[in-house]
Amino acid sequence: MDSLISDMSTSKSGGISCKDQNRRITWEGCSVLLDINDGDRVLFARLTAGSKIKIGNKNCSLQPLIGCPFGSSFQVEDGKEGPVLSRVLQSTKGNSLQITEESRDNRMLVDNNSAQSLTGEDIDEMRRKGASGDEIVKALIANSATFEKKTAFSQEKYLLKKQKKYAPRVLLRRPFARSICEAYYKKHAERIGFLRVDTLSLLLSLANVSAYSDVLLVDMLDGIVTGAVAERLGGTGYVCNTYCGVTPYPINIVQMFNFNDDISPRIVHSSVAELHSYENGTSPPNDQLEDASTIRSQQNEQILSPSGQNADSMEENEDGNMEIMTDVAASTKVDKGTKAGRKAPVEAIKLWKENGFSSLIIAAPNLDPWGIVKEVLPLLSYSASFAIYHQYLQPLATCMNTLQAEKLAIGLQISEPWLREYQVLPSRTHPHMQMSATGGYILSGTRISGGDQTQTM
Amino acid sequence: MFPFDSSKKLSFSRYISDGDLLIVYERHDNMKAVKVSESGVLQNRFGVFKHSDWIGKPFGSKVFSNKGGFVYLLAPTAELWTLVLSHRTQILYIADISFIVMYLEIVPGCLVLESGTGSGSLTTSLARAIAPSGHVYTFDFHEQRAASAREDFERTGLSNLVTVGVRDIQGVGFPDEFLGRADSVFLDLPQPWLAIPSASKMLKQDGVLCSFSPCIEQAQKSCETLRSDFTDVRTFEVLLHTYEVREGNLRSWQDNDGGSMSLKSCKKRQRSTKGLENASSLTIMARRNGESRGHTGYLTFARLKCTL
Repeated sequence: MDSLISDMSTSKSGGISCKDQNRRITWEGCSVLLDINDGDRVLFARLTAGSKIKIGNKNCSLQPLIGCPFGSSFQVEDGKEGPVLSRVLQSTKGNSLQITEESRDNRMLVDNNSAQSLTGEDIDEMRRKGASGDEIVKALIANSATFEKKTAFSQEKYLLKKQKKYAPRVLLRRPFARSICEAYYKKHAERIGFLRVDTLSLLLSLANVSAYSDVLLVDMLDGIVTGAVAERLGGTGYVCNTYCGVTPYPINIVQMFNFNDDISPRIVHSSVAELHSYENGTSPPNDQLEDASTIRSQQNEQILSPSGQNADSMEENEDGNMEIMTDVAASTKVDKGTKAGRKAPVEAIKLWKENGFSSLIIAAPNLDPWGIVKEVLPLLSYSASFAIYHQYLQPLATCMNTLQAEKLAIGLQISEPWLREYQVLPSRTHPHMQMSATGGYILSGTRISGGDQTQTM
Repeated sequence: MFPFDSSKKLSFSRYISDGDLLIVYERHDNMKAVKVSESGVLQNRFGVFKHSDWIGKPFGSKVFSNKGGFVYLLAPTAELWTLVLSHRTQILYIADISFIVMYLEIVPGCLVLESGTGSGSLTTSLARAIAPSGHVYTFDFHEQRAASAREDFERTGLSNLVTVGVRDIQGVGFPDEFLGRADSVFLDLPQPWLAIPSASKMLKQDGVLCSFSPCIEQAQKSCETLRSDFTDVRTFEVLLHTYEVREGNLRSWQDNDGGSMSLKSCKKRQRSTKGLENASSLTIMARRNGESRGHTGYLTFARLKCTL
């Protein structure tokens, strides 16, 4: 792994994993989330000298982003060799409007498309002469017949709209479970099974994911849950993805996290047959194990290789709003030894068999929850928490009813999180006009010991 | 509460022993924290339970009283603790807590500042998230409350992860020793805007602050103050709807003789005996619980601007 950022390694919190799970400055080869114009477009990229993004019709190198703090903003400027991304330092003075009374209104506004006297050609001409985006926005305001008549609120809106078009901003975000889940939910919710960020956070809490946990996972949401759990474990415990058959489910999203060499090896997989096979001390048939691992390693290559199908298909998108750049996969320094998503070591499987997993999370949108639960619940320790996500209520209701009837768990509850965002501005505070109507459902509970008969009266 | 060495790890082979903290589960809405002691007894409406009968059983066991009543013995978790802790103040619940922890981007190793401590409900989850190597410094201006919280963290085994300080954060701000060192700051104060300038000095660049306020006016004032040093200022409300599930006997219209009994519920105990007679019409139905929390507070999040 790259050398530590000095201020991180001298941090007094004295932790072992603080060193680089929590790095706040980008480095060559790190994964970043680029937020263009306040979430209008979000994309994942890996910062290398050669990586580029397209903003409007301009191709910009991502080189200037290397070594910058996460949270910094960039604007496209014209350099000697074409457009370059240049850091915008955020001012610390307030930028909000302070208006108490508004005398203007929109009675004089007529929507006949004649308010703006600058034409498209004029703007192109300005651009050719090297005008910056900010200058164009100023010119647009100066040439708007109606700008002065607008209320201060709509002036602010107008400015923001023009700034987005002519002087787009790129915000460099840390790829954390929060930002990754939000980015996917906003642009490609179907890829993560419509799992909203508050639902994901609840899954982690309800399943009691904490350091040193051994978390059993059925993650069919391309690895979003796997990544979020691994982030919480911080290089302790294990995240074990289990599956039926011989092929583990893809966990491509894990690559978006900047997991270090402590964390990645903690992300493993093992088929449900393997997890059950050490029962009563019997080993699984050898050929079956080999089979699974060979197939897995092929699969692995497909996911990780730059030219693999997977990387390409991730890039496809209908609306162009969210891209996962090819070089996220391409430039990953592939060190086979520390890669996420290896086969679970046999010793670990044996330990799990002996001790049980300490948490269980299931996120399998197209499968019947009970069918999974009856297979994997016995792998959990007694008193261990579990949480099952589903987009639909009914399958969870049926599953809960069965769990109750079979007396396998207590504290059973189906919860549905509700999240509403507010616009909070002076004299303009109200809930957002649009909100997500559902974040899905979670069935949670605690496994109990089935030993009813051994009662002491 | 959280395993920091493998012997304390929850497992099939870990049995209840003298001195363990347990959550005694009667029903989903009736639980109690109990410290196991060789000579201890627990008395409730189900009868008398001797702790000595519990020792040596695995966590998650069902245990019986002298009268044959039973309870379950669970290992404590942050979620269970939130349900059993003694309320010295209004506390935060799971929906807000889990959202706060994720939105503050708290991971193992983080340094987190909190004020006020209150009853320590959120603090427990913060501790779980920063474990094993981070630390939560939590402050309350109420001396006794801080002392009780300290005792609780001792009891739940979190005192190596949490430090409780007595300090009026609104009045004097966070201690200078944390300047520029905090990954995240959480404020639950009556006038959070008074503490925001100090919080901004404590945070690392791009560090996240969260302020919890029950009233919209408080959120409004906080947002105004936040806009000078912070960016990405967002306010949320998060709630949890819970569902009850029952297996019901929905009779068809044609078979309905009386008309007065439209929905016959089939209680769990009866299910096995007479429930199957009308197997064709047994339906599993879910509906939202009748009562729910309508409001807890507004959560305002913001990131410290990068100025370097």
